[in-house]
Amino acid sequence: MAVIEYIDAIRLAMKEEMERDEDVFVLGEDVGLKGGVFTTTKGLMEQFGEMRALDTPLAESAIAGVAIGAAMYGMKPIAEMQYSDFMFPATNQIISEAAKIRYRSNNDWSCPLVIRAPIGGGIFGGLYHSQCPESVFFGTPGLKIVAPYRAYDAKGLLKAAVRDPDPVLFFEHKKCYKLVTGEVPDTDYIVPIGEANVLREGDDITVISYSLPLHFIEQAAAELEGEGISTHILDLRTIQPLDKEAVLEAVRKTGKVLIVHEDNKTGGVGAEVSAIISEELLFELDAPIMRLCGPDVPAMPINPPGEKFFMLNKDKVKEAMRNLALY
Amino acid sequence: MIEIVVPQLAESLVSATIDKWLKQPGDWVDIYEPICEILTDKVNAELPSTVSGTLMKILVGNGETVPVGTPIAIMEVEGEAADTGTVASGGTANTTSATAHVGAALSTSAGTAISDADAPMRGRFSPAVQQLATEHNLRLSEVPGTGLGGRITRKDVLAFVASGAAGKSSGASQATQVSSASMDPKAQVRSSGIHLSESPRLPKIEVEGSNAPSRGETFIDVTPIRSTIARNMRQSVSEIPHAWTMIEVDVTNLVLLRNKLKDEFMKREGVNLTYLAFLLKAVVNAIKDFPIMNSVWAVDKIIVKRDINISLAVGTEDSVMTPVIKNADHKNVAGLAKEIEELARKTREGKLTLSDMHGGTFTVNNTGSFGSILSYPIINYPQAAILTFESIVKRPVVINDMIAVRSMANLCLSLDHRILDGVICGRFLQRVKENLESFTTDSKLY
Repeated sequence: MAVIEYIDAIRLAMKEEMERDEDVFVLGEDVGLKGGVFTTTKGLMEQFGEMRALDTPLAESAIAGVAIGAAMYGMKPIAEMQYSDFMFPATNQIISEAAKIRYRSNNDWSCPLVIRAPIGGGIFGGLYHSQCPESVFFGTPGLKIVAPYRAYDAKGLLKAAVRDPDPVLFFEHKKCYKLVTGEVPDTDYIVPIGEANVLREGDDITVISYSLPLHFIEQAAAELEGEGISTHILDLRTIQPLDKEAVLEAVRKTGKVLIVHEDNKTGGVGAEVSAIISEELLFELDAPIMRLCGPDVPAMPINPPGEKFFMLNKDKVKEAMRNLALY
Repeated sequence: MIEIVVPQLAESLVSATIDKWLKQPGDWVDIYEPICEILTDKVNAELPSTVSGTLMKILVGNGETVPVGTPIAIMEVEGEAADTGTVASGGTANTTSATAHVGAALSTSAGTAISDADAPMRGRFSPAVQQLATEHNLRLSEVPGTGLGGRITRKDVLAFVASGAAGKSSGASQATQVSSASMDPKAQVRSSGIHLSESPRLPKIEVEGSNAPSRGETFIDVTPIRSTIARNMRQSVSEIPHAWTMIEVDVTNLVLLRNKLKDEFMKREGVNLTYLAFLLKAVVNAIKDFPIMNSVWAVDKIIVKRDINISLAVGTEDSVMTPVIKNADHKNVAGLAKEIEELARKTREGKLTLSDMHGGTFTVNNTGSFGSILSYPIINYPQAAILTFESIVKRPVVINDMIAVRSMANLCLSLDHRILDGVICGRFLQRVKENLESFTTDSKLY
């Protein structure tokens, strides 16, 4: 098994799916000739031609709208939003059209669409290249949302998303592209949507997260082990639908839970996870449910100290984990 | 002093390589003057200094790749004293004290209960704790609390239950003070093994706190060497898919040869002429014919090592070391015998140096020395295979349809199945067998 970068795993998934199924195609800004601004779609136009690696105008509502139409006609589009920040002009298409087509047509029509969007900060992108839009789409029935952290999951979940009969939002963290590497089989496999994954077994505290923060959590857990704190880490992988059973099982292990995400705290995924735990597991809790999230400020600052303040990092995560362990 | 760090040169970049230093320690550098050239996936650039001053020290050399944010050089700013350095170290000190605090908190998990006065959280029980207390019929006042403000945590309850104190607490709570020192400190931990020339040193035994009388258990501190062995073994079995095979060798002629030469050899060289020396010679010659045995798995390639450096597993009373015979293919049987004696002596005396331990490419374990006739060795990570030399025993053997009494020995081989398969290992073992069986009473040692 080769060790490859997260971004390569995403590219490999698209390549393999396009080879497997002629109906799969990618569309988005600069995905063809340039191969994507992050090089995510590099080589796809050369291999599959410009009709299957389609450069679009700078109009996200059109990208989503075209993709929805194609999907309803039986194609399997992978629409790329260059940055998830630019996704909001397409919100109406995604929430009011894609998510509702199967329901509204009484199961006559479906919309097998994937929308890929790079989320998150940490790359000095400032206000409009750093947002985490999960909470905007989270809680919209009819949408599935995945946010992989490991390279293995990035490939497996993207392939599962392409084969899913309903719309899937694929949130890839742009800071993970080259930061996260891992063993990825070059064979055909999928990671099922809706299944969380235990990254580390432990019995002092449980940390639940998804996407980039898991990188810091894993580092912090390794360091805290030296202090005698044993950490149980759950990677949600899919944030809608949430893997409720896995969440409850992970919390039962320790009775102390910390939920971490980069999206801001109020109304985030962590609020829902916390609510599920308190609904089901009151009598097994040994500490208040804790959350560590991005601050409730409008956007990522453009200046480096501001970004550093905004972003999670190993030290912030480690301190929160230690506080929970000491409780 | 100011640290110059690797800047974020482009979005999504996480590391950079120092190509060339343009300034050397002691050089004066103006602000914005390039101090080195760096390479990344996206751009190659000159790195300008962020201050004017003297370059004091280069931390990252030419050609090294480091993550963004790593300090690469230290600059002394013009007219500045060295006192700014303390700002950074203050943070570190904080962390250390917090660390110590956690360590202390957790290590007292079986320790004494904290009195209520300085434990404001002592009487506040979480739902989990109350549920467990009901389940195990505990009186929580007897459970020591290690959480914040003396709070009893879920783990405290679980530890209390596991320690066996729970059963007693429902009855006479005073009974928890019983004979924690009742175990026999002279009890031996290991008594088997015919190679043990002396009784093992007494392990350092730690008795659990008075709240947890332990019966029938003793605790042995894990020594650093034990811990290293554990880590290496675990890494090997979890990363390497092991396969195993065995062959038997007729060493009758070798036994005759050694008996003929050993006294003379002892007189002349002052060291024992062991069977192991002959085996090593046979193994080294077989590796020369099958160099793939001398290799390492590197995911996208297999690295075949040119030098044949044999790691020799040498057991002591409480550990096993694998000192290395370097360039074993350059030595004859006599040279190998001397080297074996030397490494075994150094191991027993604890005088192995780091250079004695490094560079092994294939491991041989003389398991016969402690009476084994069959063993399943764990590969010495990251090598490709390990071979054991089992006891030589006299057995009836059929040769040309006649029964003869011959000296027989088993050779066992564990192999990394990512690199090696049955056929190549079978051939390799056959070659070792041929080499061993081809010794005759006329064979020369030198």
